[in-house]
Amino acid sequence: MELTTATILERERDLMEEQYLLYMQDITKKFGAFTANDRVSLRIKRGEIHALMGENGAGKSTLMNILSGLYQKDGGKIVFDGKEVSFKGPQEAKALGIGMVYQHFMLIEAMTVVENVMLSLKSQGFQLPLAKTRAKIKDLSEKYQLDVDPDALVGDLSVGAQQRVEIIKVLCVDNAKLIVLDEPTAVLTPAEAQGLFAILRRLNEQGHTIIFISHKLKEVMEICDRITVLRLGKSVAEVNKADTTMDELGSFMVGRSVVMDHIPMAENIGNAFLSLEDVGYKSADGVERLSIPEFQVKKGEIVGIAGVDGNGQSELAQLLMGVVHPQMGQVKLDGVDMSGKSVKDFIQAGMALIPEDRNAMGLVGAMSIYENLALKNMEQAPNSKSGGWFIQYKELKEYAKKMVERYDIRTSGIDQSVGSLSGGNQQKVILAREIESNCKILVAVHPTRGVDIGASEYIHSKIQEFRDAGGAVLVISADLDEVLRLSDRCCVMYEGKIMGFVDPQNPDMQKLSLMMAGKEGTNESEIA
Amino acid sequence: MEIFMDMNFIMELLGATLRMATPLLLCALGSVFSERCGLNNIGLEGLMTAGAVAGFIGVSLTGSNTAGFLLAIVFAVLVNMVFAVASIKFNANQIVIGMAINILAAGLATTIYRLAFGISTTPAMIDGLKNINIPVLCGLPLVGVLFKQNIFVYITYALVPVCHYVLFHTRLGLNLRAVGEQPKAADSMGINVSTMRYVGSILCGSLAGLAGAYLSVGYMNVYVDNLVSGRGYIALAAVIFGRWKPAGILLAALLFGFTDALQLRLQALGTGVSYHLFMMLPYVITLVTLVCFVGKSVAPAANGTNYQRENH
Repeated sequence: MELTTATILERERDLMEEQYLLYMQDITKKFGAFTANDRVSLRIKRGEIHALMGENGAGKSTLMNILSGLYQKDGGKIVFDGKEVSFKGPQEAKALGIGMVYQHFMLIEAMTVVENVMLSLKSQGFQLPLAKTRAKIKDLSEKYQLDVDPDALVGDLSVGAQQRVEIIKVLCVDNAKLIVLDEPTAVLTPAEAQGLFAILRRLNEQGHTIIFISHKLKEVMEICDRITVLRLGKSVAEVNKADTTMDELGSFMVGRSVVMDHIPMAENIGNAFLSLEDVGYKSADGVERLSIPEFQVKKGEIVGIAGVDGNGQSELAQLLMGVVHPQMGQVKLDGVDMSGKSVKDFIQAGMALIPEDRNAMGLVGAMSIYENLALKNMEQAPNSKSGGWFIQYKELKEYAKKMVERYDIRTSGIDQSVGSLSGGNQQKVILAREIESNCKILVAVHPTRGVDIGASEYIHSKIQEFRDAGGAVLVISADLDEVLRLSDRCCVMYEGKIMGFVDPQNPDMQKLSLMMAGKEGTNESEIA
Repeated sequence: MEIFMDMNFIMELLGATLRMATPLLLCALGSVFSERCGLNNIGLEGLMTAGAVAGFIGVSLTGSNTAGFLLAIVFAVLVNMVFAVASIKFNANQIVIGMAINILAAGLATTIYRLAFGISTTPAMIDGLKNINIPVLCGLPLVGVLFKQNIFVYITYALVPVCHYVLFHTRLGLNLRAVGEQPKAADSMGINVSTMRYVGSILCGSLAGLAGAYLSVGYMNVYVDNLVSGRGYIALAAVIFGRWKPAGILLAALLFGFTDALQLRLQALGTGVSYHLFMMLPYVITLVTLVCFVGKSVAPAANGTNYQRENH
């Protein structure tokens, strides 16, 4: 064979391909007229942790569904482990060692861990291989420190533990060389996320290659080696972590530069609107959930409460909405004691809430946008006549159209069911309803959880607008960056207590994390 | 009251309890396979009726009990396929279709019976099954009566551990349960949801059909309209009361069987109390147990919900 430039180039290409475990080249996927993936390329090196980033709708899920065999590609080629492959179904991808951990776990909650793992085993015999599978789970659990009891009922496990069961499934059943995790931290607390990262590193050391899908800049920078960014169905960047910054990644994702600095501080702070005095709350099981001697939110300021989930944030939000009442002390709105008042009384006193779980508490998914916008004050004009007996659809729909425009809700129309909107747009519907309800205080719990960067930024700007118009705002979030970015005053909550305050513009991160772990407290006066 | 102390009375009551519980148990075991895979089939009454008439005709025409039972299974499974196809393939509301099965089967059974035997005032009779005495055990005092039953009764009780084994120790059972808990997750693990649900329907139809055939062939030796008289619904309650587990269902069926046996004997005593009150007893017990136990029970999460894969 003659050595020509062409053959050398070909050899070069082969050598290059060899270092990649997975090479997806020019993948195209169309749904009708909509192109979800437009000549997207993704190259995963052997033994790396690779981040696939992009906003909601950027085409990450489509690309991964093509990789897992759920969708068929319309164009391009996939080379996995040196061979060109084409999967007709999920089983074929699994057989080659591609394991998926979906964001919504594919587990049967009423069954034990071992039963769940056996479910995914390829058929072999009539009787279940119970003892063998149990032993294998124990082995894997020890090897990677997953801390999973094979006989525990999956429904009894925490979300983090359920995720580890999914990882075990992938390891046990598929013997996966490549593990794909779809937004694995979306459901985790920061502490659980750290635990997951440690597991991922151990898996990585043992030679597993990992694709980590996320839109959180910080964790991508923490855990990943290389990063591919998708935007609007195209791959826009493939970079080494060392060669990039969070700001750059953010602008790749959104297509413009994203401001993650602190919003302008409050200028006109008024009197206290919300005040808690000697509040103590015990839940039905007798456990003390909240103990707050003194706490205030003033008109025209944003107070942030940081802290790990499950430290009384949910209880505080329920207390402020009048859903539950404290056994001790008082909640005052604009100086009025709200003891024994109903939720309706709280709303009339000016309380508005962005709840922590928008689908369970904030919206009725099967109802349309305009219905959801009016749900909270259906009996008021112009939504209805005669005190709520007759709904005024015409006025309702016109109002909804205005809101869709004013709050930039991306929808095919006001008749669209809220459940079919993206998380960010669902949150905007709630924001529109709550802010426009003539409220005086807005309590926002995890306002941008599961919401992409663009929409998060928008939601933050609306919260700022509300504050600048003289509203009082309480932001409760497990996302520390969010709390720091928005707050005029920022405190940390731990086991139902306010541990102390930090300066949101120049936070002492060490003190913050100590307070979040319940180890140290400071008075507000110390930093003032 | 001394009658309750009488050995014969107690023995008779025990034997009758066993026999009365048999159709309930058999039907409920069938229902477990249906509900465990997500099909909440309230058409059990209809399936039993179908089995009862088909079994009776099979035995009358061929003279073979085996042929009768086979025909009962085939016919009940066919009727249940209406339910299965409507809910699995055409996504119909399971409660509505289940109710339709009850109405359909009742009419169908009467029609088929009249086609086979014409309209007459004296119902056709068959010989029925012979009792089999189990050596040694049938000689025991008091409980000996439990071992002087027909083959059908023995098989039914033997099915309890068999069903438990299938449900909890085989791949088939695991897959069935997965499909009834979280069909979407099961689908993602390569389990064919529709196939599993058809399997569940076939098992349910077979056992419910046999339960019906027991009433006509193995117990009454005759078929009349309304022979099943609500036992399908009681079986439905037994499944809930038994918490979707074969052992629990056995206890539930025995309880309902006992009340049925007791009320028959109380009626026969001639106490002067209206017999309607006694007849109510099994149904009252059903209601009370349902109210008391339904809240605490752990139903299969996807029971009664259809599954359609999202189209891509």
